[in-house]
Amino acid sequence: MSPKSKSRLGWTLVALLVLGYSLFPVAAIFATSFKTPGDLGNQNFLPTSWTWQNYEMIFVGDAQGLFLSALRNSIGITLIATFIAVVLATLCAYAIARLEFPGKRIILGVALAVSIFPVISVVTPLFNLWRTIGLYDTWPGLIIPYLSLTLPISIWTLSAFFRQIPWDLEQAAQVDGATQWQAFRKAIVPLAAPGVFTTAILAFFIAWNDFVYGISLTSTEAARPVPAALAFFTGASQFEEPTGAISAAAIVVTIPVVVLVLLFQRRIVSGLTQGAVKG
Amino acid sequence: MASITLQNIVKEYDDGFPAVNDVSIDIEDGEFVILVGPSGCGKSTLLRMIVGLEDITSGDLLIGGERVNEKPPRERNLAMVFQNYALYPHLTVFENIAFPMRLAKGKFTEGEVKEKVQRAAGMLELTEHLQRKPANLSGGQRQRVAMGRAIVREANAFLFDEPLSNLDAKLRGQMRAEISQLQRGLNTTSVYVTHDQTEAMTLGDRVAVLKKGLLQQIASPRELYEQPANLFVAGFIGSPSMNFLPGTVEEGSTGSTVLRTPLGEIELPEQIAAAGRDKEIVLAGIRPEFFDEASQVDESRRGRGSVFSAELSHVEWLGNEQYGYIRYQNDPRVAEALENLAADMDADELRTQLVVAVDAMSRVRGGDTAELWVDTRRIHLFDPATGENLTRDAEAGAELTRLAAEDRKRDRDRQSTQEKTEGP
Repeated sequence: MSPKSKSRLGWTLVALLVLGYSLFPVAAIFATSFKTPGDLGNQNFLPTSWTWQNYEMIFVGDAQGLFLSALRNSIGITLIATFIAVVLATLCAYAIARLEFPGKRIILGVALAVSIFPVISVVTPLFNLWRTIGLYDTWPGLIIPYLSLTLPISIWTLSAFFRQIPWDLEQAAQVDGATQWQAFRKAIVPLAAPGVFTTAILAFFIAWNDFVYGISLTSTEAARPVPAALAFFTGASQFEEPTGAISAAAIVVTIPVVVLVLLFQRRIVSGLTQGAVKG
Repeated sequence: MASITLQNIVKEYDDGFPAVNDVSIDIEDGEFVILVGPSGCGKSTLLRMIVGLEDITSGDLLIGGERVNEKPPRERNLAMVFQNYALYPHLTVFENIAFPMRLAKGKFTEGEVKEKVQRAAGMLELTEHLQRKPANLSGGQRQRVAMGRAIVREANAFLFDEPLSNLDAKLRGQMRAEISQLQRGLNTTSVYVTHDQTEAMTLGDRVAVLKKGLLQQIASPRELYEQPANLFVAGFIGSPSMNFLPGTVEEGSTGSTVLRTPLGEIELPEQIAAAGRDKEIVLAGIRPEFFDEASQVDESRRGRGSVFSAELSHVEWLGNEQYGYIRYQNDPRVAEALENLAADMDADELRTQLVVAVDAMSRVRGGDTAELWVDTRRIHLFDPATGENLTRDAEAGAELTRLAAEDRKRDRDRQSTQEKTEGP
């Protein structure tokens, strides 16, 4: 065996190991979601008989009210939070990458500090504050804290991205007759699109996966997102865990994430700036 | 089309460093002016101030007689070709060229845009590449797209920021010719920044030589070459560059005036000698081609120069000519002046060797002692303390620049009659 194919085999093995390790829990949940309640405790990986029962339960059955409204909340809140975060972060990162102003490093530092600040320590004061000012159990009540999670990372990734775009392009556009805003929109934004998409997807995941804010700052179906709603599922009887339904719901909420990545992976990796300047 | 006038332009950075210091240049309508100098001389900054990408600290910038200091770039109607081309990578070549017209909303119909782009593409031989993206083009093609974007604008002036420095030597020569023809054809005022003196000499109607933000001299290439204002211009223009031989002007043994140099006595014409007589020491600027092998010089010319013999350390044969190198002992009194000069010109070291150009057919080799003749009438004497050219003939220089301006006018007239006969 040549050293080349040897190293290839090595890499394939490593890749398989990592894939197996990371995908096994997903596969287990997937299998569980198709099990009948009687099957749940039988310690087999695959269900003995496949059933849609759990999916029926969350979409048209008992858990329908809980799950569908939670799904609506999750999608709405996450999309709005992502959108606001990306727009704000784009403007902020552009300023950080392009302009010299005092306090630039402080902004980046604070953004980093906010992103590593433990969520759990903010939740209790926020809970009290939200109740007082009437944001408790509302969409804005979740969107605002989600921004604190998504903005810092968006600013960091986008400012790194903007720094790579040659400044000459913008200046060329200005000389060609563009205003500062036109230069930004027509020369910089199209180039930044892959970076903006990457950032949007990251921000979406963060907001979509949040549990602590979701469960602490909501109390009814008015704003409760899916990860929090899962905790409120009940089994057929008091003594039965709704494991099957939770698994089904977990699979359902994983689907948008997978679809997003599949749709945009080419945009995420495409090196659009190639050829802007001498190659 | 417009004239560009720079009046006492100063660019000072926040730390007080003047990148451009009190530069005044008058650029006529249709003229091709080159800004040249070693890196850090402020030539790019000056260009960026003209186009409006850099603020002007003080002084006035006039385009077509109107002061534009405070105007943003888009209102100055100038077209610029950037060093790295700055093409929009997400747009096709067609859209790249059409970009300025698309920005001027409503000013051009779709048909006009198409026609203008097609015409520019035809001029630049880009027609078959119009639907490609810049990433798939070669360096020369990208360069032409950048030019195309400038042409369609019908701008007041073209500004070039070292447009050829990213190309290989062969392509550079070709693009140089294309730019020159294009500028002559369109007769658009152009300002071109370069550090390459070949580009400066071949392209420019006039060349402005800058050093550390200060304008040293602005004149036609011929004037710069024949009548440089100072040591720096003399050393910077010309390749291989001018030799600077230290010497003192004295009465020679035969009664004539001579320049006593480390290589022996060189007889000087009275006019030149007079300029250097009361100086303690002077630097004689002698270009390599002022020399020749004494045996090659016929009698009629021999009298106009002076002959000396020296040992060649080595020779370089280049096919069309041959360079011989002569080592000599430098005079410590000028060492500092030459060292500063080398630093100013970005040259790495102080050369204490003389470069002489001899005929390519000559069989002299390194180690030979050669009889060399030097054309003494063309020698310039410089003051090592101030760098000033003591023998500059301002009148002769101005005449050279006047002739260059006349040439340009003739070119332009020829171009316009050509267009007329070709018809619309």
